[in-house]
Amino acid sequence: MAALTPELLALQLLVGLALGAIYVLLAFGLSLIFGMLTVVNFAHGAFYMLGAYVAFAVAGLTGNFWLCLACAPVVLGLIGYGVERFLVSPLYGRGIDYPLLLTFGLSYVLVEAVRIIFGKQGYPFDSPAALAGSVEILGNYFPLYRLFVVAATGTIVLALWLFVEWTNFGLIIRAGARDPEILRVLGIDVGRVWRLVFALGTAIAAMAGVLAAPLQGVTPEMGDSMLIESFVVTVVGGMGSLGGAVLAGLLVGLVVSLTSVVAPELAKLSIYALMAAVLLIRPQGLFGRAGLLG
Amino acid sequence: MLEVKDLQAWYGPGHALQGVSLEVRPREIVALIGRNGAGKTTTLKTIMGLIPRCQGSVLFEERELLGLPTHRRFALGLAYVPEQRRIVPGLSVRDNLRLGMLADTRGGHEAARIDRIAEVFPRLKERLAQEAVTLSGGEQQMLAIARAIVSQPKLVMLDEPSEGIMPVLVDEIFELFKKMRRDGQAILLVEQNVELALEVADRAYIIDQGRIVHHAAAAELLADEAIKERYCAV
Repeated sequence: MAALTPELLALQLLVGLALGAIYVLLAFGLSLIFGMLTVVNFAHGAFYMLGAYVAFAVAGLTGNFWLCLACAPVVLGLIGYGVERFLVSPLYGRGIDYPLLLTFGLSYVLVEAVRIIFGKQGYPFDSPAALAGSVEILGNYFPLYRLFVVAATGTIVLALWLFVEWTNFGLIIRAGARDPEILRVLGIDVGRVWRLVFALGTAIAAMAGVLAAPLQGVTPEMGDSMLIESFVVTVVGGMGSLGGAVLAGLLVGLVVSLTSVVAPELAKLSIYALMAAVLLIRPQGLFGRAGLLG
Repeated sequence: MLEVKDLQAWYGPGHALQGVSLEVRPREIVALIGRNGAGKTTTLKTIMGLIPRCQGSVLFEERELLGLPTHRRFALGLAYVPEQRRIVPGLSVRDNLRLGMLADTRGGHEAARIDRIAEVFPRLKERLAQEAVTLSGGEQQMLAIARAIVSQPKLVMLDEPSEGIMPVLVDEIFELFKKMRRDGQAILLVEQNVELALEVADRAYIIDQGRIVHHAAAAELLADEAIKERYCAV
């Protein structure tokens, strides 16, 4: 066990925030899709992985990280749009388990397809040259790329918040999570809204994949454990709550990273301990509304 | 302008509408009355496209509506104020009003339209920033109506607009219906309070067990105690 010096603590806090940032982005999409469409999207981890692989392919062609960050969400947004349109939407009105099983199967198909195309082994993914190395803050050295991940996530979350609070489409999102039928009655094509929301959630997952790639490399299975942990985050934050996703994502990231200093073997377990503790006190999650699935 | 012919609809296993025919002409208030469970709400929902299993014909200005999704029916000038008002919780009065303007592309500037509709509903004007669920029942009903008519539909269908509302506000709302008729809108009104509905309506249909069983001028029905007793007594 390493001695927990202030320097190490500060570093682990940043590591935890960066990990938490990835959780935030994944949970945000999961929560948005669940809140609007009542779809428990088990393909979200596979979309995250695909985003990283699109970035890997673009990086191989151009070597430009910023282009990766721009391309992956666009490509995955289109894929998400198509998945909702042709696979998920025919299942509406049949109960929550149908889209759950469909996306569960889809994630296997996507992971296997990536194994066939790119091979079973993973690849390292270089962080962009401009963000390599460390920066000194108050006498401590922090890896620049992790700071960037936290800042980029903060920017994305802020942009999404402004979008949801201040645009017409955001108003539709806020109302549609509560009462989709009244939107129909008021002339809004709810089916189209749902396709766009699914595409948006998928695009955010892709951005999370690109941001995570330099931290852990790309592998076909990189989305598997992230998906489960992101579900834990949405449960802790409250299913369908966007603010809850942000708070819970950062909380889980910090708990994992701090536990891994004190007792590395308990790091992953700590996520579930946190979930159990939160659910015992608040069964609907930190910000959830009770009975959303009822 | 609205012609419903032999409309049938199914709710789960139940055959809820078994041949409803009715007509609403321009600048007319038509009441649809009957007991609980007679098929009043289902009739409105089917016209609006919210009941998937249905057959028959619903012509709106000579266009067949059956088969069109709900949002397309709205775009043709059909509005619907559902039972229980369905104000969206968590949104302000202003945002609830904005919901009614999103699909209407002809509308013009948002702030100007909110001002215009607030002139019609002075009670809402003072409360635009307030969270909508904090309004009284009657004010929520006004908001629901305002939200439905801000896009200036040609025909407005209302389901139980007087339900659970203070009498003074009920009067205000029914005065508004007369004004809407003067301004050229048609109204199809479902109402539990039969006397109230017949006083404002031009004509009325009585529905029972999913069928239209009687149809007459409202004034005539208002005087006919036997019919009212037979089909509308709770």
